[in-house]
Amino acid sequence: MRVTVVERVPAEEMRIEGLTGDAAIAHALKQCDIDVLAAYPITPQTIIVEDFQKFAANGEVQTKVIPVESEHSAMSACVGASAAGARVATATASAGLALMWEILYCAASLRLPIVLTIANRALSAPINIHNDWSDSYGARDSGFIQLYCQSSQEAYDTTIMAFKLAEDHRVLLPVMVCIDGFILSHNVERVEMLPDEAVRNFLGVRDPVLPLDPDNPITMGPLALTDYYFEIKEGQDRAMDAVPEVYKEVEAAFEKMTGRSYGMFEKYRTDDAEIIILTHSTPAGTAKAVVDVLREKGEKVGVLRLKMFRPFPAAEVAEAIKHAKAVAVFEKCRSFGAVCNPLALEVRAALYDLKERPMVTDFVIGLGGRDVPPTTIVEGYEKTKEYLAKGKAPLYETLGVRK
Amino acid sequence: MPVIEVRWHGRGGQGGVTSAELLAKAAYYDGYKGVQAFPYFGAERRGAPVKAFTRISDKEINVRSQIYDPDVVAVLDASILDLIDVTEGLKPNGKVIVNTPKKPSEISVKRGHVYTYDGTGIALRYGLMVAGLPVVNTTMLGAFAKATGLVRLETVQKVIKEKWPGPVGERNAEGAREAYETCTD
Repeated sequence: MRVTVVERVPAEEMRIEGLTGDAAIAHALKQCDIDVLAAYPITPQTIIVEDFQKFAANGEVQTKVIPVESEHSAMSACVGASAAGARVATATASAGLALMWEILYCAASLRLPIVLTIANRALSAPINIHNDWSDSYGARDSGFIQLYCQSSQEAYDTTIMAFKLAEDHRVLLPVMVCIDGFILSHNVERVEMLPDEAVRNFLGVRDPVLPLDPDNPITMGPLALTDYYFEIKEGQDRAMDAVPEVYKEVEAAFEKMTGRSYGMFEKYRTDDAEIIILTHSTPAGTAKAVVDVLREKGEKVGVLRLKMFRPFPAAEVAEAIKHAKAVAVFEKCRSFGAVCNPLALEVRAALYDLKERPMVTDFVIGLGGRDVPPTTIVEGYEKTKEYLAKGKAPLYETLGVRK
Repeated sequence: MPVIEVRWHGRGGQGGVTSAELLAKAAYYDGYKGVQAFPYFGAERRGAPVKAFTRISDKEINVRSQIYDPDVVAVLDASILDLIDVTEGLKPNGKVIVNTPKKPSEISVKRGHVYTYDGTGIALRYGLMVAGLPVVNTTMLGAFAKATGLVRLETVQKVIKEKWPGPVGERNAEGAREAYETCTD
């Protein structure tokens, strides 16, 4: 199966609206013509499901909306519907994602192309509604593809592309589309939306490989012990390996239609950079603004904004950062007891086989929505310069916290 | 053009978040490429002081943090002036727009150039009420257009009418016009 050929949509056919990150996702889901949405409300993804329910109530979509009683049931309903061949989506955050845990692995292992949109939010306790990445980072080994967005526009675009990627027969894996809770989920900005028809043509109708069919009953996910379980995991691993190639094709087609593409990561002023800031989601935007100011002062600094965290594009990232003297990782998660934190672990592993590697610093920022102002990024940058001069850096440290 | 940063101060339920959003919409209708409008959600409830933010630029805006050094501060409820320093971090030539029947010279703030207009009076005259209380967020948009010149009154009225189609939108748009005409420094 190859990606559909599409034409450039003329500017006058695009609809411009002011949308929050959540609303942008809701509009994308509407245009993706999903068959089933099963969800349980949780802040800050709330607007996604609220807006979608409005579309359903107004008859603007044909989707079966299932208001389930928990996130465990939400993902279970998605699994059932997707197994029957439907195009399926849900949305969650924080504790909701935690409650889905068991079924996340089922969705991935059954190779069901479900799109799960997440407004990233801290985990309890104490209860906190604000943003960090502990929820989806925790699910990084579940077998979901993970894509992180910086803007409402990107959230809209990525949600559409996610179905195309997930449903490709070379992939057949579920996708998490992640936005920063409140910072993006509740931030209104300018979003350019495609005509419905263009999205329909781009995605086509899902072509399920082996759907549930009452006339032709099959069993999915039955027992596989020492005999076949490992082979199933091997197959899942190969599907994950196929993601970058398919993702590039999907993006190329999307770019042809819209003029926009993002890549597995974005390089911002990194070519001659001596220090590269590596992060994703909204802190990457703030980091770009910081880099612009530092560049004016003659500092050689750039940003690598990661978009795809699963699969982690290790070889490509290593190639993009290997010339730097240091890579300063900023991440909104602490992996308690770990050597460093999830993003820096990937970056350090990606660089390990190089003969000459940049120094890697790892800054834990913004837990529980603690604001990440430009000064926090500058502080990490200055510390990295200091460690470079000393020739030694700590494995990780926290920034912006009372100590 | 640098990024223009606006901080909104109001009380929960007064529509400060909606003001921030409507200003962002007006800004992109008026041709600005970069707009952001976002609330700060704490543990507040109806009546407690709340904040919201808007950024406007002619280029895409990358920065995603809260606003610490605003160019403009909009105060929907003058009683907040006694509780917090709304001008904290305000840029040296920054503007402070206050909903109050008082003259700018009668308003005491730590820094900034003060503009006033009687938003509550206008809201009462035009029947801009929610749950029996006057709502001044749309009038503030008119005052903002006058004080800053960043967006046009016509555009502000357009976004108000889009948000509330029918007579409610018309009344709010008229209220914004009167605020525009009466806002002074």
